Amino acid sequence: MLTVENLSVARGPCTVIDGVSLSVGPGEFVGLIGPNGAGKTTLMRAALGLLPHTGESSLAAMPAQTRARTVAWMPQSREIAWPVAVETLIALGRLPHLPRGAHLAPADRNAIDAAIARMGLESFRTRAANALSGGEQARVLIARVLAQDTPLILADEPAAGLDPAHQITLMHAFAAEARAGRSVVASLHDLGLAARHCTRIIALHHGRVAADGPPAQALTPALLAEVFHITAHVAQTPHGPVCQPLEVIR
Amino acid sequence: MRDHRALMAALLALVGALFAASLLIGPAGIAPAQALAALLRGDATAEALVMREIRLPRALLAVMIGASLGLAGAAMQGYLRNPLAEPGLIGVSGSAALGAVIALQTGLAASFALGLPLAALAGAAGAVALLLALAGPRGGSLTLILAGIAVSALAGALTALVLNLSPNPFAAAEIMFWMMGSLVDRSMTHVWLALPLMVVGWALLAGLGRGLDALTLGEDAAETLGISLTRLRLMLVAGTACVVGAGTAVAGAIGFVGLVVPHILRPFVGARPSALLPASALGGAAMLLAADVAVRLVLPERDLKLGVVTALVGAPLFLHLIYRTRAEGL
Repeated sequence: MLTVENLSVARGPCTVIDGVSLSVGPGEFVGLIGPNGAGKTTLMRAALGLLPHTGESSLAAMPAQTRARTVAWMPQSREIAWPVAVETLIALGRLPHLPRGAHLAPADRNAIDAAIARMGLESFRTRAANALSGGEQARVLIARVLAQDTPLILADEPAAGLDPAHQITLMHAFAAEARAGRSVVASLHDLGLAARHCTRIIALHHGRVAADGPPAQALTPALLAEVFHITAHVAQTPHGPVCQPLEVIR
Repeated sequence: MRDHRALMAALLALVGALFAASLLIGPAGIAPAQALAALLRGDATAEALVMREIRLPRALLAVMIGASLGLAGAAMQGYLRNPLAEPGLIGVSGSAALGAVIALQTGLAASFALGLPLAALAGAAGAVALLLALAGPRGGSLTLILAGIAVSALAGALTALVLNLSPNPFAAAEIMFWMMGSLVDRSMTHVWLALPLMVVGWALLAGLGRGLDALTLGEDAAETLGISLTRLRLMLVAGTACVVGAGTAVAGAIGFVGLVVPHILRPFVGARPSALLPASALGGAAMLLAADVAVRLVLPERDLKLGVVTALVGAPLFLHLIYRTRAEGL
């Protein structure tokens, strides 16, 4: 799905991403974690080909039209420029599937309706998208990404600003995409959500991969101390792995 | 698109009615039936000459320039995702005016009929070259605005310099009046000069709808939806330069149409940038036709300038819109 080979990004004299290689296969829900400034956003944008970089990325090598049908990208900045209706905004996810000047086909309508149902937005359909609350806007933008109906989803902090119920709903939606054979890569700050729902954790530290593996193996006390400077309660429970940050290590 | 047929039909009817009014109202005082008959007959009678040589080009230019300003304004606002953007922002109209002013000052305008419009077009072309050199081929929307402001400021300063150095008050007054914008005494030659450029510009701008829709989600998201932002920006700048450059060349600087019309029509098309493009083109044509009819009815003996009327109507309308936006708590 996504293969990145020796990817590096320099911003002026700073190396923000330093020779990262990884590949994400079908069925994986990857939680990309790391402290502020670790390079999570830069890694994803460079992998998409939105930033000048060295090294290889399977997405960056694609023509723009192919890429748009392969990967859906949810940027961190949640822009909704105009007071368009929620369903009109979500329908923008269908643009890569529409020939120029064509109207939405039944298949497009189904994808839009499914995305609206997934994010529980039925009652918002005709509301102006930019007048909704921050969390509601985030859900609309996630629905747009789902409506794009691509084998790969890249999302930058999709859970930020959502209430607990909607955070869990979001993680379930992404996990369901992964179970259906697609791949999801989402940067997350909530280690508990990442541990509980992701199939794989990639921890970034100073632009390099510090850990890569299933949550139970990746989220070790040693890694959390080294990368995040925190202690945490990490445990296996009947509900799956749990990770609760406790204290800052000084 | 599909939901806006009623709005488009209403706008089309409005443009049709105002076009007819523009043909039928004038100081010659020809009766409507006679006027239309003379227009169709096109013989050597005085009525036919008035209709074909004076009123028809004037009405056609009002439609062409109004549609251009409305379309370019909607495209510019969509690209910059800012309802305060207008076609003049990228400095093309200011630079076209500078070219015209230089033509008036040097006597080029007086020496042959197309001297002024051609000089204005040269000014517009220079502005685009400078703009693209300043903003680079790949820069974001912010660099385009900054480069546009720099080009506008430079054109404004040079225009002021020409006025400053003007040899006598009459030359200065001629320049001042030209800059206010007018459609008086324009001929079919002006129509034929502006039309090819405008058609190219309309085609470029009309092709932007999909990209502008995607830009509602921001530049990053639009790019991953398969939109080439570099191409979009080039089409926007080239299209705006063609229509605004040609418009300014034949009629002078006419403000506020490209700012106010998209703003008024946006709520009626569900705020979709692609749907706003054609609606705003029709709206712009209607506004400029109405303004050009108004200058003939209000103080006809004082030759009220078109740009003055659009600003007089547009500014209070804009203030009202800002007041309403504030009342909505945005």
